[in-house]
Amino acid sequence: MSTLDLRSADNTGNDPTRRAALVIGHHDYASVTQLVSQLAERSRTPLAWYVAFAVSAAWAGLFFLLIGYLVFTGVGVWGNNRPVGWAFDIVNFVFWVGIGHAGTLISAILFLFRQRWRTSINRAAEAMTVFAVICAAVYPGVHIGRAWLAYWLAPYPNQMQIWPNFRSPLLWDVFAVSTYFTLSLLFWYLGMIPDLATLRDRAQSRLKRFIYGVFALGWRGSARAWHVYETAYLLLAALATPLVLSVHSVVSFDFAVSVLPGWHTTIFPPYFVAGAIFSGFAMVVTLMVPARAWFGLKDLITLRHLENMNKVILATGCMVGYAYGIEFFIAWYGGNPYEQFAFLNRALGPYAWAYWIMVTCNVAVPQLLWMKSWRTTPWKMMIVAILVNVGMWFERFVIIVISLTRDFLPSNWGAYSPTWVDLGMFAGSFGLFFMLFLLFCRWLPMVAMAEVKTVLPHPEN
Amino acid sequence: MDDFQFPAWVDRARPLAVLLLLSAPPYGLGVLYYGGSPQTTDVGYAPQQPVPYSHALHAGDLGIDCAYCHTLSDEAAHLAIPPTATCMNCHEQIAPQNKSLLAVRESATSGMPIRWIRVHDLPDYVYFDHSAHVMRGVGCVSCHGRIDRMETVYQAQTLSMGWCLDCHRNPEPHLRPVPFVTDMSWVSGEDPAVLGKRLREQYNIAPPTDCSACHR
Repeated sequence: MSTLDLRSADNTGNDPTRRAALVIGHHDYASVTQLVSQLAERSRTPLAWYVAFAVSAAWAGLFFLLIGYLVFTGVGVWGNNRPVGWAFDIVNFVFWVGIGHAGTLISAILFLFRQRWRTSINRAAEAMTVFAVICAAVYPGVHIGRAWLAYWLAPYPNQMQIWPNFRSPLLWDVFAVSTYFTLSLLFWYLGMIPDLATLRDRAQSRLKRFIYGVFALGWRGSARAWHVYETAYLLLAALATPLVLSVHSVVSFDFAVSVLPGWHTTIFPPYFVAGAIFSGFAMVVTLMVPARAWFGLKDLITLRHLENMNKVILATGCMVGYAYGIEFFIAWYGGNPYEQFAFLNRALGPYAWAYWIMVTCNVAVPQLLWMKSWRTTPWKMMIVAILVNVGMWFERFVIIVISLTRDFLPSNWGAYSPTWVDLGMFAGSFGLFFMLFLLFCRWLPMVAMAEVKTVLPHPEN
Repeated sequence: MDDFQFPAWVDRARPLAVLLLLSAPPYGLGVLYYGGSPQTTDVGYAPQQPVPYSHALHAGDLGIDCAYCHTLSDEAAHLAIPPTATCMNCHEQIAPQNKSLLAVRESATSGMPIRWIRVHDLPDYVYFDHSAHVMRGVGCVSCHGRIDRMETVYQAQTLSMGWCLDCHRNPEPHLRPVPFVTDMSWVSGEDPAVLGKRLREQYNIAPPTDCSACHR
């Protein structure tokens, strides 16, 4: 009978009689603190960080410049035109909101289900959620044409006696996304308080001590504080759990509630949620594989963690593939010629290339993860994760743009191609995302130290 | 190095912080609603006109009908601003040497109109038709206030969208027989509710409240 060495670098064995170690290497409380804190404490920022930050900040700058150009010129700078009123703006919005879902799933649902492997990845995943939702929220704000009237999205007392249309899923979306952002931010921050206190206590400069001190809210780690803290964390997790399912369901209503063939589908809410978790986990893997290597976190973010995430990607990828199949089945079974045409047009029409990129990346590629070597080899899973990201972006493109180009009336058919502003803003939103993530890596505890200490293997003696 | 400690006054400030957090949203909304409302920003707008023309004197004391200068028509969307010639109808004879009337006489001689400053100025994206209102029994006074008592004309009502909608949704209290539209001091002799109902039927009044009624 083989036993698994708890200290080995490969903790991905699946012997059901043994729990795999979630922290490898010879770590104790002090070394975990040291490993994570020193990343935020370095007095000299590595040159590579500056280079990466400069590149992503430049793209983020382009993003805001293009938003300025858009606001001053009008949405005509985009490729959106009749009949394709929603294109890159909403594709990117749904893409980024979807990315966020992995963070909430890891922090809330996996917490409630006592999945202890979440501890070393939850901090970074939650940060990713917050930044992804920021990127997402920009798009609906600027795509409305008169961005300076974006506050009309909110129901507030006004002299026009105008209220938002409460029967419109677009308004539900405003509430869903803003709730989601608020709760994700609170959850991320609450989880970080004990670690911020650690950084405060270790800080070498007065300024750092003051800033970390203010944000640590006077945390002293007393038993009473921990008791209250854990209760609050549990309650927030319970509040965040329905959001994992509700937010992307509401996003899917933007489409499902309309009558357009290709959008008007009851399968959309679960299908979107599965896709969101799928894309979110792919993004976590995309970020974590390089981060654990560059920041020396391989002992905390182990292959076991990556393998578990890859299993989630495989499972949700299969759900997404199933949804693609069911859409075609229902189009045939439902007997609606418009619906049938919409789906044939997806697979065989002028944008068939986008459809087949989507199917290849989202359905075929994740099947590689059935093989253990693909689940546990960083460069291999990186290929899968990046392709899944590509595929999930194309899924939104396929759903939104292809459906809009072909509706009921052939006289109302059209085509879409993005302009340089569309492409620049898409790339720019990645710049914003990576810029925020780099700031997070530099100044905040990347791993939940206090939580990881609870899953350390027991000392041998 | 010493640990970071919050100073003691932070503890005392905590209830204050809670109070601030709780009161900030209603305060903000209040400022937004009242501070930014046309009631605050627009009502009472009374620009200095190039000629110190007194409506209180002409329309009030002298009792000149509004329509003598601002000619009403069943077709014109804009109500006429009188040409200088209208002034000169009387002022050829009355107070021909008055200093205040210098600009009027100059305009009459040169043919260049006086540059009156518009008081009741709706946004350009609003379509408003005077004839549709005055020819269906909406009195001048309903929107412009007691012009016959104003030395300098000021904006009496908000002219906001909500204010327009109030009347479009319930026009009856604001209706009067068409011959009395320019009568600033007209009061209904019968029950206004009954009269409003009857006039609404008689004039076939069905005010639209859809967007394109005003935003065309």
